[in-house]
Amino acid sequence: MGAPNELNLAALAKYSNDFLREVETHVEEGEWVKMCMQCGVCAGSCPFGPHWEHSPQKIFMMIRAGKREEVLSSESMWMCTSCYNCVVRCPRKLPITQIMHGLATYAHRLGLAPKMQPTRQWSLQFWDNCTRTGRVNELKLTLGLYFRDGLVAGLKKAWAMRAIGFGLLRAKRLNPFELLRGHECKDQAGIHRMLAKAYEIEARRLRLDKFKLQG
Amino acid sequence: MAKKEYAFYPGCSSQLRGSASNYLTSVNSMCQTLDIKMTQIPDWNCCGASIGYAGSGELARHVMNARNFALAETHLPGQDVVATCAACWLGARETKDKLDASSQLMAETNEALKEAGLHYKAQVGVRHMVEVLIEDIGYEGLAQPIVKPLEGLKIAGYVGCQTNRPFGIAGESFENPMYLDKLVETLGAEALTKYEQKVTCCGGALAFSEPEKSQKQIKDIVESAYDHKADLIVTPCPLCQANVEIYQSEINKRHGTKLDMPVAYYSQLMAVAYGAKPKAAGLDGHVIAPKKLQDIAVKVVPAKK
Repeated sequence: MGAPNELNLAALAKYSNDFLREVETHVEEGEWVKMCMQCGVCAGSCPFGPHWEHSPQKIFMMIRAGKREEVLSSESMWMCTSCYNCVVRCPRKLPITQIMHGLATYAHRLGLAPKMQPTRQWSLQFWDNCTRTGRVNELKLTLGLYFRDGLVAGLKKAWAMRAIGFGLLRAKRLNPFELLRGHECKDQAGIHRMLAKAYEIEARRLRLDKFKLQG
Repeated sequence: MAKKEYAFYPGCSSQLRGSASNYLTSVNSMCQTLDIKMTQIPDWNCCGASIGYAGSGELARHVMNARNFALAETHLPGQDVVATCAACWLGARETKDKLDASSQLMAETNEALKEAGLHYKAQVGVRHMVEVLIEDIGYEGLAQPIVKPLEGLKIAGYVGCQTNRPFGIAGESFENPMYLDKLVETLGAEALTKYEQKVTCCGGALAFSEPEKSQKQIKDIVESAYDHKADLIVTPCPLCQANVEIYQSEINKRHGTKLDMPVAYYSQLMAVAYGAKPKAAGLDGHVIAPKKLQDIAVKVVPAKK
């Protein structure tokens, strides 16, 4: 990802000044955005609230104000921990968690999400890890995170976290042999076929055909 | 007592030598005592958790969960799918609700599942282990097999997020759910009902990608347990358990604190109260040893009158 891609240009041409409609059409649960009444309960309920440049409340208003570039390139949606506190407190019952995930995913698909955003990378890495064999390989997942900025940075990070690693090893909650082979599903081929079909259907439904979603 | 049977969805982290393997160990012990038969869904797969969203998009996530449902319907017909992991349960519940509500999403899901030779008929129920305990067995039933009441233990019940929101346990409030405290009291321990951090987020999956921000959350969660003089924290969530336990040493380095608070699962408390030895209760699976719980677990059970 990185530079805005072909899909982004197509979306710009199609929706020009109507970012709300673009969100309603292409973002999971996006049709809820117009229901926000700007009370701010979501902003005050978020555990990572102090770290967001734009709270969900602001994001919703920015969408309605057509601030497309600012919203889609924001780091804010990536701060969602999926705690669902905003969802259960929202007086209008907006599925805010899913909307944040949906906006983040859409921004990623358009190539507008901040490239170095750590949670963006982590999210992609997790999905890649768990769909490879059907089950998470925890060791490869963790090492992948440590070593994403290169070998030296990875070794430093692994060294800094060694106490935790050895602690888990002693507690039999970490298996070094997962580096070779971890837990996995038997029907991996079936899972891969099934997922390829799911990406294809979703691209068709969202009219994102130009963009190869995954796989 | 009639044997209860469920299609078990244990989730990735509780597998052998996984980060929550001692959760599964203690669940097995607890279920054996309660005469609950948990049969793993054959070839179950990861739910994608809450963090896989940017890669999965919407449909692929539901398809992953629906594959487990279809396998459960085929191999364990009539049995509810029961998850022990909060994220597995949340993901599965969300998928079930979404597919029940949308015939289009259901059709698309089955179109994808066909590629794996499966079909989802929308017949499964999706539940958390805690629901099975509270609703199918009940607090009285849970008290019956106790041979070692956990007397003298002060326990901070840390419910966390995803076992509580957005679905939660029926009849409980999101802001102050009481089931974990009730469970603790049922087992003869003291529930610290004034513990403020009961439903605070530990950072979840962002403990990895945003460690400093998450560790601030964890610090609050642990320090409040100290303020209330807790002997240990107990939780129903494998990620809460791991995050709150293993990052205490990092927090100590970063903030100069001396946190050393054990964090256990509800199922470990139950296994110990039901007479399980430390290993069978998964007590050997901790980075911070729950010493007082171990002391009870090694005690010889007095013969019943």
